[in-house]
Amino acid sequence: MTDSFIVSVRDLTIGATTDSGRKVQIIKGVSFDIAPGEIVALIGESGSGKTTIALSLMGHTRPGCAITGGRILMQGHDVTAMDEKARSGLRGTAVSYVPQSAAAAFNPSQRILQQVIEISTIHKLMPRAQAERKAVELFRALALPGPETIGNRFPHQVSGGQLQRLSAAMALIGDPQLVIFDEPTTALDVTTQIEVLRAFKSVMKKSGAAGVYVSHDLAVVAQIADRIIVLKGGEIQEEGTAQQILHAPVHPYTRQLVAAFAPVPHSLAQIERQAHEKPILQVEGLFVGYGPMSGGEPHVKILKDVNFRLERGRNLGVIGESGSGKSTLARAIAGIVPAYRGNMLLDGQELHPALAERSKEELRRAQIVFQLADTALNPAQSIGTILGRPLTFYKGTAGAAREARVIELLDMVRLPAGLRHRLPGELSGGQKQRVNLARALAAEPELILCDEITSALDTVVAAAILDLLKELQRALSLSYMFISHDLSTVEAICDDVLVMYKGEVVEALPAAQMSRQAEHPYSKLLISSVPQLDTGWLAGLEQDPELVAAFSRR
Amino acid sequence: MPASLNLYALIAQRLGIALITLVIVSFAVFFATELLPGDVAQILLGQAATPQAVAGLREAMGLNQPAIYRFLHWLVGLASGDLGISYVNNMPVAKLIGDRLVNSLKLAGVTTLFAVPIALGLGIGAAMWRGSIFDRVVSMLTISVISVPEFMVATLAVLIFAVWLGWLPALSYGADVSSWATVLRAYAMPVITLGFVISAQMIRMTRAAVIETINTSYVEMALLKGASRRRMVLRHALPNALGPIANAVALSLSYLVGGVIIVETIFNYPGVAKLMVDAVSTRDLPLIQSCAMIFCVSHLTLITLADLIAILANPRLRHR
Repeated sequence: MTDSFIVSVRDLTIGATTDSGRKVQIIKGVSFDIAPGEIVALIGESGSGKTTIALSLMGHTRPGCAITGGRILMQGHDVTAMDEKARSGLRGTAVSYVPQSAAAAFNPSQRILQQVIEISTIHKLMPRAQAERKAVELFRALALPGPETIGNRFPHQVSGGQLQRLSAAMALIGDPQLVIFDEPTTALDVTTQIEVLRAFKSVMKKSGAAGVYVSHDLAVVAQIADRIIVLKGGEIQEEGTAQQILHAPVHPYTRQLVAAFAPVPHSLAQIERQAHEKPILQVEGLFVGYGPMSGGEPHVKILKDVNFRLERGRNLGVIGESGSGKSTLARAIAGIVPAYRGNMLLDGQELHPALAERSKEELRRAQIVFQLADTALNPAQSIGTILGRPLTFYKGTAGAAREARVIELLDMVRLPAGLRHRLPGELSGGQKQRVNLARALAAEPELILCDEITSALDTVVAAAILDLLKELQRALSLSYMFISHDLSTVEAICDDVLVMYKGEVVEALPAAQMSRQAEHPYSKLLISSVPQLDTGWLAGLEQDPELVAAFSRR
Repeated sequence: MPASLNLYALIAQRLGIALITLVIVSFAVFFATELLPGDVAQILLGQAATPQAVAGLREAMGLNQPAIYRFLHWLVGLASGDLGISYVNNMPVAKLIGDRLVNSLKLAGVTTLFAVPIALGLGIGAAMWRGSIFDRVVSMLTISVISVPEFMVATLAVLIFAVWLGWLPALSYGADVSSWATVLRAYAMPVITLGFVISAQMIRMTRAAVIETINTSYVEMALLKGASRRRMVLRHALPNALGPIANAVALSLSYLVGGVIIVETIFNYPGVAKLMVDAVSTRDLPLIQSCAMIFCVSHLTLITLADLIAILANPRLRHR
C-alpha cells in the first residue's frame, strides 16, 4: 500500500532537549502520506512543528532535537533507520530543500552556479558541463533574467526574489522526487512573492516532483498546494484538500485560522471631539536621511517631501514594501532619526526634529512601539521594572503607587498582575508584544506610533493584538499611526492609508476603499498583489508586466 | 554603494592607517626611552668622571639639543635605514642587531612552520567534530597550556629532555648544525616551548571562528544537499572564517618576535629580545629604540597583513 506514495510518515515523534536540560516532545505522533506529483502544505503558527517535520523527511533535525519514534518511509526506505551516510546519499537526489531565506542559505564566498550544481558534484550525477547546461535551463524555466550569465555572479549581487528562485534551481538540479519548500516567500515583498510563486508552480508542474510546502500563510498555500495539513503544537489538527480546508474547515482551530483572514470592517472610533480641534499630528514637507551631512543634506536621503495630517481619534496606516521608508517615517516623528527639513506639529505645537531637544511633555505625548518586543524589552529586567521606569520618568510615580499603576497597565493589555515579577524571556511572543504596548501606555500618550507590531506574530495572536488596540483606543482616546507591510492588518485598524514608494508618499487613500479608489499605478500593483484566500487567485491574477517590471526592483 | 567601500580605497586606507600608527609608535618609543632615569654621559664615563668631562661628552653626543629635534633626526635616520651608533661600543646599531635579528627570525620561522599548520589543523578538526572526544581533549589541552606560564614549560622541557633523558641539547645556540637532524635537535626545545604558547590561542580562535560559520544557514544548506561533514567544513565554513583566523594567527605570531625574551634567556639564545634587555642595563638608547621599533614594525606588519587578508576574503568587497 505504501509503495504508491513517495513518502509515508507513521507516528513520527521528535524530542528536543531544552537549554535547561529538560526533555520535551515537539512532534507528538504525526502520520501522513504524499503521493507522486502532489504538493502538500504544512501550515501552522510558529512552534507548531511544521519546519521540524519537513526537515525530518530529509533525516535531519536541528541541533538539540532527535527523532524519538515512528517511521518515515521514503520510497520504501526507512529514513529513521538509516545512518548519516545513507541519509546524505538521499539528500539532494531523492529529496531536496528550498530554504526560507535564500539570502542566508547561499554561501557568500562562492559563485551561484557552483552552488546550484553542487548536488550533482557531491553525488556524481553528471559531468560538470552537463550540470551547468541543466542549471541554465532551470534558470530559464524559473524566468530568471540573463539565465546564461546569472550563475557567474555572487549571491550578494542578485536580488532576494532572484536568490529565492535560484535556490529552487539548486533544489531541482538532482531531479528529486520530493522538494521541501520551507516558507520560501515569507521574507519577500508581496509583489516579488507573486513572481516567485508563479515560477515555483510552473517549474514543479514541469518536473512532476512532489512537494511539501511549509508556511504560516494560508492565502499563499492556497495558490500552490493540492492538500493542506493543519498543525498545532506538534499534532495534526485537520487534513484535507485545499478547497475543503479553505471553504469548509471542520476543526475549530482551522476555522480560527480562516476567520483571521476574513476582512474585518473597521468603524471610526467614537471619541468626543471638540470643535475646531487641531490634528494630533501634522507633517509638512518632511525630508529625512542618514549619514554625514554636507551642505545641510545627509549622504543617504530616505524620505522626500512627506506631507500628511492625522486627526485626533483617527488611525493612519502607512504601507509600502521593504525599503520604502515607512519605518524611517515613524523614527523621524519619534525623533530617533532627526529630519533635516520640514515641520512636524503635535497637536498644533512644533516638534523639534531631534529627540534630545524635545521636552519631557512632548516625549510623553507621542510614544513608539517597535516591531520586535524581543529586542525592545531589556531581558535582564522584570516586567514590573520595565513598566515602572516610564512611570517614574514621566510622572515621578514611585513605591506603592507605581506598583498599583503597573498592575493597572498589565490589566489594560489583558495580562495577569502576577506577570510583573517575570522576565521577558519567560513570556510568549504575544505576551511580550502586549508588555511592549503597555510600556508605551505607561506614558499616557495621545499618539502611538506602531512600527510593524504584528508582523512577527502568528495570525491568531496578531488578530487579538489588533482587537486590543481598538479597545484601548476607545478607552483612552488614542490615535495610532500604524506602519505595516500587511495590507489586511492596516485595513482592519486604520481609517486612512498612505502608500509609500522609495521614500515618497505616492497616494493617500481611505482604508475601507483602498482597492477601489487607488489610482496611482504602484498602489494598484501593491494592493492587487496581496494573496487572496482563493485557490484560483494566482492563476486568474492579471498584472501589467511592464508595471511589475517598473516597480519591483529586480 | 558609497565610494568608501571600493576595494582599492579600502586597502589604501588600511595601509595609510598602518603608516600613521607607525609614526605615532616611533614617537612613543623615542620619548618613552627619553624618560629612562640616568644620564648616558654620566654612566659611560663612570664614577670618576669630572663634571667638565660629562658636559663635554653630552655636547659631543648631541644630547643638549632639544628632544623634538633629536626625534626628527632619528626618524629621518630610521627612514633611510640608518639606525644610529651604539652609545656603548660605538658600533653601528644595524650591525649589532643584524645577526641577532637573523637568529630571532630563524627561531620564529621554524616555530611558525610547525605551529601554524598544526594549530590550524587541530582547531579546524575540533570544530569539525565538535563535542567529540577529540574536540574535548584538544580543548582541555589548550586551556591547560594557556594557564601554564612559558618559563614553566621551558624549564620542564630542559629538565625532562636535556637533563633526565639527555635526548636534546640544553643550549640551542652554538650546537652542532652540520646536518638537518642536528639542526632539528638544536631547535626542538625552544620551538616546542614557543609552539605551545602560540598554538593554544590559535587553536581556540580557529575553532571558535569555524564553529560560528558552521552554525550559519548556508552550511546547513550544504548538509541538506548531501555534503559530507568534511565538505561542509572545508568548502563552506572555512573560506568564510578566513578573516578571524588570519587575525588570530597574526596576533600569535607577532608574539614570536618580541615576546620570546624568557625563552631566549632560558635557552641562552642570542636573539633580539635578549639584546634589548642587555641594552637597557647599559642605557644604550639607540639600541633600545631600534629593538623596540623592530618589535613594533613586525607586530604592525602582521596585523595589517591579517586585515588585508580579511578584506580580500570578503566576496562582497572583491566582487561588487
